Amino acid sequence: MPTARSEITADEIAQIIEAHRGLEGPLLPMLHALQEAFGFVPAEAHQPICDALNITRAELHGVISFYHDFRKAPAGRHVLKICRAEACQSVGGAALAEATLKKLGLDWHGTSADGAVTVEPVYCLGLCACAPAAMIDDRVVGRVDDAKIEAMIEEARA
Amino acid sequence: MKDFIIPWNERSDERDMGTPAKEGKPVTLTIDGFEITVPEGTSVMRAAAEAGIQVPKLCASDNLEAFGSCRLCAVEIEGRRGLPASCTTPVAPGMVVQTQNEKLRKLRRGVMELYISDHPLDCLTCAANGDCELQDMAGAVGLRDVRYKAPEGAGLANHFEARDTSGQVNPEWLPKDDSNPYFSYDPSKCIVCNRCVRACEEVQGTFALTIEGRGFDSRVSAGGAGDDFLASDCVSCGACVQACPTATLQEKSVIELGTPERSVITTCAYCGVGCSFKAEMQGDQLVRMVPYKHGKANRGHSCVKGRFAYGYATHKDRILNPMIRETIDEPWREVSWDEALSFAATKLRGLQEVHGRRSIGVITSSRCTNEETFLVQKLTRAVFGNNNTDTCARVCHSPTGYGLGQAFGTSAGTQDFDSVEKTDVVVVIGANPTDGHPVFGSRLKKRLREGAKLIVIDPRRIDLVKSAHIQAAHHLALKPGTNVAVLTALSHVIVTEGLMDEAFIRERCDWDEFQDYAEFVSDPRHSPEATEALTGVPAAELRAAARLFATGGNGAIYYGLGVTEHSQGSTSVMGIANLAMLTGNLGRPGVGVNPLRGQNNVQGSCDMGSFPHELPGYRHVKLPEVREIFEQAWGVEIDPEPGLRINNMLDAAVDGSFKGLYIQGEDILQSDPDTKHVAAGLAAMECVIVHDLFLNETANYAHVFLPGSTFLEKDGTFTNAERRINRVRKVMAPRNGYADWEVTQLLANAMGAGWNYTHPAQIMEEIAATTPSFAGVDYALLEEKGSVQWPCNEAHPEGTPVMHVDGFVRGKGRFIVTEYVATDEKTGPRFPLLLTTGRILSQYNVGAQTRRTENVVWHERDLLEIHPHDAEQRGIKDGDWVRLASRTGETTLIAKLTDRVSPGVVYTTFHHPDTQANVITTDFSDWATNCPEYKVTAVQVGPSNGPTDWQEEYAARTERARRILPAAE
Repeated sequence: MPTARSEITADEIAQIIEAHRGLEGPLLPMLHALQEAFGFVPAEAHQPICDALNITRAELHGVISFYHDFRKAPAGRHVLKICRAEACQSVGGAALAEATLKKLGLDWHGTSADGAVTVEPVYCLGLCACAPAAMIDDRVVGRVDDAKIEAMIEEARA
Repeated sequence: MKDFIIPWNERSDERDMGTPAKEGKPVTLTIDGFEITVPEGTSVMRAAAEAGIQVPKLCASDNLEAFGSCRLCAVEIEGRRGLPASCTTPVAPGMVVQTQNEKLRKLRRGVMELYISDHPLDCLTCAANGDCELQDMAGAVGLRDVRYKAPEGAGLANHFEARDTSGQVNPEWLPKDDSNPYFSYDPSKCIVCNRCVRACEEVQGTFALTIEGRGFDSRVSAGGAGDDFLASDCVSCGACVQACPTATLQEKSVIELGTPERSVITTCAYCGVGCSFKAEMQGDQLVRMVPYKHGKANRGHSCVKGRFAYGYATHKDRILNPMIRETIDEPWREVSWDEALSFAATKLRGLQEVHGRRSIGVITSSRCTNEETFLVQKLTRAVFGNNNTDTCARVCHSPTGYGLGQAFGTSAGTQDFDSVEKTDVVVVIGANPTDGHPVFGSRLKKRLREGAKLIVIDPRRIDLVKSAHIQAAHHLALKPGTNVAVLTALSHVIVTEGLMDEAFIRERCDWDEFQDYAEFVSDPRHSPEATEALTGVPAAELRAAARLFATGGNGAIYYGLGVTEHSQGSTSVMGIANLAMLTGNLGRPGVGVNPLRGQNNVQGSCDMGSFPHELPGYRHVKLPEVREIFEQAWGVEIDPEPGLRINNMLDAAVDGSFKGLYIQGEDILQSDPDTKHVAAGLAAMECVIVHDLFLNETANYAHVFLPGSTFLEKDGTFTNAERRINRVRKVMAPRNGYADWEVTQLLANAMGAGWNYTHPAQIMEEIAATTPSFAGVDYALLEEKGSVQWPCNEAHPEGTPVMHVDGFVRGKGRFIVTEYVATDEKTGPRFPLLLTTGRILSQYNVGAQTRRTENVVWHERDLLEIHPHDAEQRGIKDGDWVRLASRTGETTLIAKLTDRVSPGVVYTTFHHPDTQANVITTDFSDWATNCPEYKVTAVQVGPSNGPTDWQEEYAARTERARRILPAAE
């Protein structure tokens, strides 16, 4: 998980855009690369992308807002995703999520005050057989219970 | 019922066929037991519509490609699994389709039930009541119940309730966006069919809208996050409003007034595209203007001006009573029509007695109808007894008339607008279609997105050079005033590299003249390398552009006033004609030379004999056989001497030999060059009659004001840039009492003419009887065909979409040597910058109409575009007041820093009278036609504190000149 960086330079944005503009269907790779570099898609990159691809800011907004994983602002140092799909809900996923949010004093998409962890909903991680499922950064975890969540949060805060 | 359309004929069928028409080999299939044959590629939905069967639909519309999102148009096809969407399924031979059965009904009801579960049920108080496709479809599928109920203790998730029953704010609810002055966006009524987004993309080509989010969160969004409609790229063309099946996007006029009860087909009175509109009415109240699907110029599209900016017709500034005054220092006195007309007639006759027959004249209007213009020039020729008639085409496209007339034998544009759909390489020279001719601009952009190539020749980076999904292959950013050098260099490349179409030239053109021309252009001094220093266009770029045009397939040239309004305007037009002939790009769809005419009827006003040397149909007054036709028809003797042009009239007025002028619908003080000279000329006259909607700038110098009527208040015809004669229909009584043709007739009769026309159709009969290219035109034909392109005569009974098909009008096409001669207007140490002028989308010409509408939200005042480099040197920041001075005069306006203009070039518009951009422009003009050189003026720009003395003095004088005495009790 890339961490958010405060310094965002026009040069770096331009380099990332330039590196991808030759691709077929370059917009998504560009957005991924920007998020990879900065931890989110900075608003400063919008106009340069539009200019490079000759699209309007409406079109860009349509794409960015369609994918929940593209961030408009930096996330916490770690991202915890809790599955809210049917299989997980049927084995206590909803209650688990509620308890976790309550414990952290957050709403969905919120970031803990120490900046350690952002909690997000996800709709199916493909781990239905091991429900309830969650994911911390790039690592998926099955059969999650309060203890496992607690451990993940502790680890994130470490 | 709004579906009642006048005139009622076979085109009144306005059914939405669901998906666009296709071309292809015939395919036969069976739908609901009926056999139907349609072109390959047609959708099942459209095939059904052709058979008279409407498949229920919400997201489909026949001006948009199929999208397949609403799922309502599902059908059953024998041998295929599932229930495919009929809009996205193309027909296949032998296909057997069922559009209605129990399974489909159930499916459609289920789909509708979902839609309605998230839609407010306020139909009775909704602005779209009676004009709502969602309502229609709920009826068509027989929806009787919505079974979705809120779970206990919670609300049903929805987008339309601001708060739930317990008063909790609904986060899904969004407030109405009323930022656009003409329409509102109410997200709570949106069904996310995507039609508005697709209309913005496919029809208008602006890409200002998108769907943000996904799933239940999907919303229509204008621009980026946080933008509203006004802040977005939206150009307010209205295509989205038209596409919306619900009241989500709705004209504010409909919200205010209600649903219209009838539609009258008429023609827009703004630019030369000549869009057909339905004027949707309640009694004599105009509810809205909607582009007419069967309009052949616009094909159902519109721009912000025609669609929305009609409020000037009822603006409080409109003058409705005739007014007179002895001198221009006096306030106006409102009088009866009789008094005004006899005052004017007595004055004019008196002037003729003292100063001679030729001491008075007329200026015809390019805004009025053909019939009205015909009468005004008839007034001067038959009643005044001279040929002193001119028109604003003098200051715009007179070089087109001369240049194309010399090369091809007729001044007309060679194509129809549909031709752009077949073009492969487009050259746009000195025109800015997306602002000046927006509907054509959209049609052009559509073709460019399909892959056609574009070459832009313009000093300024116009929107076409690069905007969403289009980009010019070449932008030749020439120095203003060097058009001829660039055009000749293009020909040089084509000839010296052997890229010309020799077969075409040998067959269609004069070969000897071509040889002379080829020798001329081949001279190395015309090479792009030799002219680069002069034109500022890189030689390699110019060569590449020339090669592309000569070898890229169907090549079409579209040009505007950036070509004509130069000291070598006529030469540039000839250069364009040469290019088209060289490359064989004439006489078929997809090619041609297309002047983009500025005003709604500038083509018509030229056709109708508005020029001092030409009788209607471009026939010289010195020809006795032509004069005889009119002498017979009118029973008068016609002066064989050509009359005075506008500038000659003004010169003569200053000299004291020209004394009276009747000006119909034109504001020469604001629109003609060298304002001070125009003012001096007008001030020297003893009887200036202004016939207009408003007290325009010219009226400050008038003695008689005759109130005019709008295009909504009269019958007649306009002829657009493609020579298309379109009907204008009266939808309300003239608020001033008379249509303009009636006013001209009253004036003529006050001078003893004895005319008795009772309807413009009779005037058209007279035009047809005297003018060969209109011989076949009458109102019955226009009623039947909708419109017709002249020439319309025995040889072409249904008109002529493409000119010069089998040969040029003059016989052999004529190549004319185009030697570049620099204008006398040169930059120097005192005036180092070149000023060029243009227009903006939301305003029209001198702005008399659009300034009196909500369009001012987009363009409050004229701005001076200046390159940041030039600005920095002068210490000018964005938004500063600057002084703009030329050798002729100076004015002040606000600076806008932009790299759209090259260093050394500044640009402004002339929509606002307080700017008076024409105080700056010089009286240099085209060598052949006197068309003024608006597009090149050497200027200096410097910081300023505010308006100049001239502007302040002018404002004070205007106020004085516009005083109106209250009518005597």
